[in-house]
Amino acid sequence: MDNLNLNGNVPSGDLANKWTKYRSTLPLVAPNNKLKIEIIIVGTGLAGASAAATLGELGYLVKCYTFHDSPRRAHSIAAQGGINAAKNYRNDGDSVFRLFYDTIKGGDYRSREANVYRLAEVSTSIIDQAVAQGVPFAREYGGLLDNRSFGGVQVSRTFYARGQTGQQLLLGAYQSLSRQIALGNVKMFTRHEMIELVLKDGKARGIIARNLLTGELEKHGAHAVVLATGGYGNVFYLSTNAMNCNVTAAMRAVAKGAFMANPCFTQIHPTCIPQMGEYQSKLTLMSESLRNDGRVWVPAKKEDAKAIRDGVKTALDIPEADRDYFLERRYPAFGNLVPRDVASRAAKGVCDEGHGIVPTGLGVYLDFSAAIERYGKSKANILGLSNPSNAKIVELGEKVIEEKYGNLFEMYEKISGENPYKFPMKIYPAVHYTMGGLWVDYNLMTNVPGLFSIGESNFSDHGANRLGASALMQGLADGYFVLPYTIGTFLSEDISTPKLDVNAPEFTIAADLAKQRIDKLFAIKGKQSAESFHRRLGKIIWEYCGMSRSAEGLTLARQQVRALRDEFYADLYLPGVANDLNPELEKALRVADFIDLGEIMVVDALDRNESCGGHFREEYQTPDGEALRRDDEYAYVSAWEFKGADQDPVLHKEMLHFDNVELKTRSYK
Amino acid sequence: MKLTLKIWRQPSQNVKGKFETYSLDNVSEHMSFLEMLDVLNEKLSFEQKIPVAFEHDCREGICGTCSLVINGQPHGPLQGTTTCQLHMRNFKDGETIVIEPYRASAFPVLKDLSVDRGALDRIIQAGGFISVSTGQAQDANAVPIEKDVASHAFDAATCIGCGACVAACPNSSAMLFTSAKVAHLALLPQGKVEAQKRVLNMVRQMDLENFGNCSNITACEAECPKGISVSNIALMNREFLSASFSSNDAN
Repeated sequence: MDNLNLNGNVPSGDLANKWTKYRSTLPLVAPNNKLKIEIIIVGTGLAGASAAATLGELGYLVKCYTFHDSPRRAHSIAAQGGINAAKNYRNDGDSVFRLFYDTIKGGDYRSREANVYRLAEVSTSIIDQAVAQGVPFAREYGGLLDNRSFGGVQVSRTFYARGQTGQQLLLGAYQSLSRQIALGNVKMFTRHEMIELVLKDGKARGIIARNLLTGELEKHGAHAVVLATGGYGNVFYLSTNAMNCNVTAAMRAVAKGAFMANPCFTQIHPTCIPQMGEYQSKLTLMSESLRNDGRVWVPAKKEDAKAIRDGVKTALDIPEADRDYFLERRYPAFGNLVPRDVASRAAKGVCDEGHGIVPTGLGVYLDFSAAIERYGKSKANILGLSNPSNAKIVELGEKVIEEKYGNLFEMYEKISGENPYKFPMKIYPAVHYTMGGLWVDYNLMTNVPGLFSIGESNFSDHGANRLGASALMQGLADGYFVLPYTIGTFLSEDISTPKLDVNAPEFTIAADLAKQRIDKLFAIKGKQSAESFHRRLGKIIWEYCGMSRSAEGLTLARQQVRALRDEFYADLYLPGVANDLNPELEKALRVADFIDLGEIMVVDALDRNESCGGHFREEYQTPDGEALRRDDEYAYVSAWEFKGADQDPVLHKEMLHFDNVELKTRSYK
Repeated sequence: MKLTLKIWRQPSQNVKGKFETYSLDNVSEHMSFLEMLDVLNEKLSFEQKIPVAFEHDCREGICGTCSLVINGQPHGPLQGTTTCQLHMRNFKDGETIVIEPYRASAFPVLKDLSVDRGALDRIIQAGGFISVSTGQAQDANAVPIEKDVASHAFDAATCIGCGACVAACPNSSAMLFTSAKVAHLALLPQGKVEAQKRVLNMVRQMDLENFGNCSNITACEAECPKGISVSNIALMNREFLSASFSSNDAN
């Protein structure tokens, strides 16, 4: 394999002043020229909607695309827990540097220092912006904003809106976008899915979008293309992503030469509702914020665990002494708040040893009884009750818990049919977020000139593991405060480029390519549905490229993915026709891209002979089972160049340099 | 469980639709309603038939994409629950379930159970925002907001834009949807500045979109999966009335 070195185009200067200085010297596009420049934005989640709104405000001609019926449906809406910002409103020692440091460390030193520092720096402006838009963050009685501590950090820097922070932030961005649509600065294309990227003279100049209502393959041109198309967690089939989240836009870019970076860095979230059956279509996340008040445990005795699995005992039958609060035991300093990858692996470990508490064996408890008692006592104290009864304490405590997590508890009860105030929740890790994504430089531009990638769809800020409440932060940082500036570096060179002619041969060729792909799928006339292939792909990836990986398993996985691809193209059944609303065709096109991505993921995981963050290779662990990072050899970003499904992808490396932090072994003990 | 499903099939917007009957065996009570439809579609695919088009995405009750009128009720029988969060344990073995799209002239049927709810987006575009551009904001803690006021605004802001209120209303009114956004923004100090203009423009757009009027039946509140209160409609009426008398800057 080639070892071509990639350059992240990080500007010089000291870390703390780099962004401010760079921003002040970036080339600008004059207001009269902005009116002539078109930008395509694909996706309307936090990153896409915020970028579209902001670029519209700046005066660019923005065209925005979503496969949903409305831009408000993007899956950012489902984020529950919160958004980080280095406001230090709690006076607990937070700062931009500390947020930067926590994020770099949390990412297991596999992200780019300069990007992460910039993220921490603009985090404070995001909160200001959101509040001004009317985002109803939680407040204290004095009317000021409340914060909580979240997932793996020791300061309270997380802003939240009940358990619906993503919804409220997305609606804020959606409303700003709606304002620009009404003003005519953004043209919105709903029910349009990008299925091809158009290059002209090596630059991204447009997309082919399938009109999902009519099936028409439409040609859309622009001076630059921004992908804000989210992550690829659905490669696992079962994940906490929405059903329609997909990797097609990104993989279409990859097919045109964009590099896919660190695809094996996927995040398994520790607190999801365990799988119940084969028919299951998705997994539901229970916000990580619950770990602030919930204690994770399993029965210390295997026979108790078995009795619970068999329905003979319940959690309430297990005395305190026979409970193993395994996170508190193994990680006394951080306890239940260890980062996601650590918590997930620990849960898998105790279940593999036979302590699981659901019929499949794959589940642990998340218990709120201690928090209910603690809050109840505190509330009783405030109310001046002397000697309150236990029942009164529980009643008061449950009210506090309800106020904090009411909607999550309600959702849990709807899905599981069990009351989580009385019985501890049952949880198990599930795929939640993908740190990997399209490779971008400091300007958030991919290696294809004019093609940008923002939010979860790029690889840039979270390294090998993302900390809680930082996905919302990154999506909005990219969209509101980074891309609108950095896109000027590319566009300022293009002010005399005329409006793109969509009748140019490049567009026709791309549209023909898309049509051929669709025709090919219809021509198979096999027997199996796209969904069934997707489910099988998910099983392979989860088994061999999930919470723990080995060279042997990954090698096998690659063979299986390839065999599945052959079977897909030989035996797919596709109902309906191309020129119609046809959800099965949409699915089949996405599954085809997931299969190609799945192979690149496996190849990446096989290349990375170390354990770091969400990537745990069984061969590389310390004697007590913790991840063993190998900084000398693997402190790089792997960026894969796709050479076609029948060939090996080519590895390009961006070496990571750490001038401001010392590479340490993460320890949460 | 064994079920009989009567499902509305309509090939496209301009073609007349009708009910088709399907039977489905081996439905687990732990399935969600949409997973049950997935199983049906998988079965139809195996039989080389056209699967039923229905809209869905997050399957955790927050994106507002799923809809359906199930046995006459938008989002089905369980209160405060979207179709995707509805589980089959709420139905009986042997039951016949009637599944239709939302019925409202402002929501034309696109195919089978999918409808076009773009009118709701256009109501937001007419004024459902605070006019602040990126970078204009002051420090987030500069304006304290009383906790109860913030909480009240939040209750209105939890609307997921699914349109069940419209489907539930005999007049196909979008008053609950519109008033939830009016209330959310009018209650907050940031939103008060353009409150008059907002309510006038949003109500005007609502009327343009062919939604009916409110006649205080309150079926919208009963069927709303997020429990949005009809008191928002009262608030909107108050806002609208006072804006109509005192403002001359609609648009």
